[in-house]
Amino acid sequence: MSAVLVQASDPQLSWNLVAVVSQALEYPFMVNAFRAGAVVAVLAGCVGWFMVLRRQSFAGHTLAVVSFPGAAGAVLVGASAVSGVFVFAVVAALVIGLAPVASGRGYSEEAAVTGTVQAVALAAGFLFVTLYGRNVNGVTALLFGSFLGISTSEVSTLVVAAVAVLAVLAVLARPLLFASVDPTVAAARGVRVRALSTGFLVLLAVAAAAASQITGSLLVFALLVVPAATAQVLTVRPALSVALTVLLGVGLTWVSLLVAYYVDYPIGFLLTSSAFVVYVAAVLGRRLARGLR
Amino acid sequence: MSACHTPVRQTSPVPAAVSPAPVVELSGAAVRVGGRTLWSGVDLTVGAGEFVAVLGPNGVGKSTLVKAVLGLLPLAEGEVRVLGRAVGTGNPEVGYLPQRRSFDAQLRVRGVDVVRLGLDGARWGVPLPGARRFSARARAVEARVREVVELVGATAYAHRPIGELSGGEQQRLLIAQALAARPRLLLLDEPLDSLDLPNQAAVAALISAICATDGVTVVMVAHDVNPILSYLDTVVYLAEGGAATGSPRQVITSETLTRLYGTPVEVLSTSDGRLVVVGQPEAPHVHSERHP
Repeated sequence: MSAVLVQASDPQLSWNLVAVVSQALEYPFMVNAFRAGAVVAVLAGCVGWFMVLRRQSFAGHTLAVVSFPGAAGAVLVGASAVSGVFVFAVVAALVIGLAPVASGRGYSEEAAVTGTVQAVALAAGFLFVTLYGRNVNGVTALLFGSFLGISTSEVSTLVVAAVAVLAVLAVLARPLLFASVDPTVAAARGVRVRALSTGFLVLLAVAAAAASQITGSLLVFALLVVPAATAQVLTVRPALSVALTVLLGVGLTWVSLLVAYYVDYPIGFLLTSSAFVVYVAAVLGRRLARGLR
Repeated sequence: MSACHTPVRQTSPVPAAVSPAPVVELSGAAVRVGGRTLWSGVDLTVGAGEFVAVLGPNGVGKSTLVKAVLGLLPLAEGEVRVLGRAVGTGNPEVGYLPQRRSFDAQLRVRGVDVVRLGLDGARWGVPLPGARRFSARARAVEARVREVVELVGATAYAHRPIGELSGGEQQRLLIAQALAARPRLLLLDEPLDSLDLPNQAAVAALISAICATDGVTVVMVAHDVNPILSYLDTVVYLAEGGAATGSPRQVITSETLTRLYGTPVEVLSTSDGRLVVVGQPEAPHVHSERHP
């Protein structure tokens, strides 16, 4: 009995990979973390692929930051943190989506609205935390991620959100690609460019809210941007690119979870820094390959 | 657009069912953008397989004419019909090449993917990889994309990211995109803009070949008529307030343009057959109103 407890608090690292993985999976919280990590990585990868293509990383980051006041506000009024995160993110997406976009060169205006939403969100989050007055550790988890506290029911919530978003994205995918790459021609061919843009922001909000459960509000970029950006550097074939994005996302998340189990570094740091290394390696690799050609 | 405007002018009798409807038909058309009337009283009938150029100074509303025919912009007066029907977006029988600069150099999408969007981009869903093995439609789509890419001579570079291609290469792929759905009408907005002279000549020849061999009607906005002059059937010369329509030799003359503009305009013909228009007034607000 005592030996088990000792092992739990001080995991044995070895070169036997099977032992390393099975040791980590002995604990339900680690199993849930791996499940949630995979769900979030697939969701964030697919939505992130379009986000990177549409150059909407700033909007994605903002929608992730909104999960901080969302969770803090929900806890303040006694609701579940996850529900607050999703509600706040979707509302923020609608605000950004409905912001006036001047035809043609509306990008700067969207950026201004997005930045304002982000500032208000951070300020509101800080207010909610101050009003709540306790649990300062929780704030760190909200901002920088935590994978230890994910319950089985939260994993189910993530699965439902992921299935819903991916189903809608699958239906929208082709016209969304058309509207992203070639909005003028898409509009002439009857694609509802503006409606698709708002719809995509809502999907992005749900994906960012889900991803923030693992990485925290501030480090969502690791899952939303880096796998997609890396895949788009490595290949221009759309199907392969999306598949590579998902593979990279799940792989990076699982490796980071495993390392975090043995090394006492925060998961957000491990995931972000490993994703960063992979992206830099991809960019340098392509430069090198081009130079050799 | 709607019937309530037509009593003003009875210029276009409804075509009888026996004769094929003209591909584009404007009658008494006028467009207002931001309270300013760009042009009015424009009558135009374009038949199948015709190659038509829309000419005129900057800011006169050439792109606007194309947008009106596409149904992206409502007319203030008059009526426009395309292929015998009232206009509306989403018609696969109309191919469109908008005026543009070029794709973002960082855009990691292949040329063939952009061409394919012209064929099925408006359809819901997601194309499955490997669908050609079990779906005849997927095979047909891929065959059509290969065919149009070959038609415009872009096979060598169609699989490269479109942002890395030159302006001329991108323009060929965009023409392929506009052609992919086998349109009966092709609307091209300054397709020769930003191309060097050899590419201008090559793309102009390509467009006229498509027009001649496939019977596609081409309406092309052009800033300079000379690269396409020898291929043209009809010229629409837009000026503030009105338009002149006819064969190039009828319209691009000192008399017609002087009458159209109300100021002396001279058309000179060079020894190699090129036309030079001298004294053509520029429309006001060139920079602010060019692309409403």
